[in-house]
Amino acid sequence: MASVSETHPANKPNPARWLVVAVPYVWLLLFFAAPFLIIFKISLSETAIAMPPYTPLFDGFGAIGDFVSELDFDNYLFLTDDPLYIEAYLSSLRIAVISTFLLLLIGYPMALAMARAPTMLRPTLVMLVILPFWTSFLIRVYAWIGILKPDGLLTLLFQSVGLLGADDQVQIFRTDYAVFIGIVYSYLPFMILPLYSALEKMDNTLLEAASDLGCPPWKAFWKITFPLSLPGVIAGSMICFIPITGEFVIPDLLGGADTLMIGKTLWTEFFGNRDWPLASAVAVILLIMLVVPIMIFQNQQKKVT
Amino acid sequence: MKSSRFDATVLTLGFAFLYIPIIILVVYSFNASKLVTVWGGFSLQWYKTMWSNQGLMDAAWVTARVGVISATLGTVLGTLAALSLVRFTRFPGRMLFSGMIYAPLVMPEVITGLSLLLLFVAVGIDRGFWTVIIAHTTFTMCYVAIVVQSRLLTFDRSLEEAALDLGCPPVKTFFKITLPLIFPAVIAGWMLAFTLSLDDLVIASFATGPGATTLPIKIYSQVRLGVTPEINAICTILIGLVTIGVIIASISTKQAEMRRIRDEHAAIRGTT
Repeated sequence: MASVSETHPANKPNPARWLVVAVPYVWLLLFFAAPFLIIFKISLSETAIAMPPYTPLFDGFGAIGDFVSELDFDNYLFLTDDPLYIEAYLSSLRIAVISTFLLLLIGYPMALAMARAPTMLRPTLVMLVILPFWTSFLIRVYAWIGILKPDGLLTLLFQSVGLLGADDQVQIFRTDYAVFIGIVYSYLPFMILPLYSALEKMDNTLLEAASDLGCPPWKAFWKITFPLSLPGVIAGSMICFIPITGEFVIPDLLGGADTLMIGKTLWTEFFGNRDWPLASAVAVILLIMLVVPIMIFQNQQKKVT
Repeated sequence: MKSSRFDATVLTLGFAFLYIPIIILVVYSFNASKLVTVWGGFSLQWYKTMWSNQGLMDAAWVTARVGVISATLGTVLGTLAALSLVRFTRFPGRMLFSGMIYAPLVMPEVITGLSLLLLFVAVGIDRGFWTVIIAHTTFTMCYVAIVVQSRLLTFDRSLEEAALDLGCPPVKTFFKITLPLIFPAVIAGWMLAFTLSLDDLVIASFATGPGATTLPIKIYSQVRLGVTPEINAICTILIGLVTIGVIIASISTKQAEMRRIRDEHAAIRGTT
């Protein structure tokens, strides 16, 4: 393939060709890569009561010596000192792991059922999965507040069928359970679609061969279907796990005061306490935690292309 | 046949889970009563209050402008990025480039938002309308790149090659041949970019400044105070717009596909 494209006329030197690469490249360097260097830099500076609320660290290239001598790891030391932050990181990871597992548990049967549905029906089913993904995240989380709150619709439903007494209320809103429901609900399309595209490509003759040879369906599933769908499982899990770890909106709107998630902590440090260097340090550590999952995700994407 | 009954049950329950909350939200926007649990009869009064809520309407207008401008910029940049990734197999820093395309797709929004804000402050740009546009362009272009890239990968290059062999300059070939062929994907990318921009709360909260309150920021600040039917009304309108958009898009791609198949058949008949 490579040899074909190198001799291709479109790949001859051409000024327009360089612009095609350079314009998006420079944009991403400026607005995606450079900000990460800045966040890293500010996480190493001291908090100051000023605007911007941190001490400037880097005033031109002549100041590299000063820069090194002024590096200040206090923010990171503070993060390791205060158990609140460590707990928030661990709790985010715990919530992300559990929700990713729940998403697989719900998403896999749905994706499998979609892949086994008649070919005529499949585009409609895919469309039905995509449609909620196009509606706003915030709106979908908001929809659950009306359902889950103590005087909400779930309480009403349980009271009317007699599962709850007239004075009892469902105690889910502002707990971790509500966060799990919100996350599973919001991320389900992201889990189903990669699983479906892996399962849909599967060669059914393999399963027929297994059943002809007397393999029971559940065993055929674990021996053939599941291993072949693993790329989809990994892609779906990473697409969900990484953003869930830094999730802010769902724990903020559905979670309680004791729901610790690092995205919420970062938001509070930044907007509430106005401690920009500490918020940057929180972000840097979150990023370091996510490096491995992000690399797995990128490798998976490269294999697809 | 046992498995097909299992599949039907799974799909019914799954889609019920996905759709019931949205349906409830829409239904209660027409509720005459202010209480969520009480049905007070059909009424359009919340749409009227929403319409006369100046703050909400201003925010909607800001969001629409941000959406159109950033989706357009994001589509141009994303299409260029997709072309770079698919057509140019070798250039310096290609690994970094593809990494910067994929990473924003999964990057937690709080990190992207915070880092952009720190950039704007460090460079000394006043935050407001245009900083939100820069932020939205940056993350939407990556989604557009993925959508257009998948179209380019299944692209038959013989037409392009024919044009180039006949001496058509590459830039003209792109606008005359390549772009029309990938256009459905470019439009799909634009729509995706527009809805993503319309949706975004976290990144906009970091990137915005005085005078540029977007609709999600406005909705969020009201939701924190509690559920009100007025919010249900604006959500219903947004859901309606998105649904109509998606349906129109899927019908038009289907028609384009049919037309293409018909043209191909006609071409085959013409040659034989």
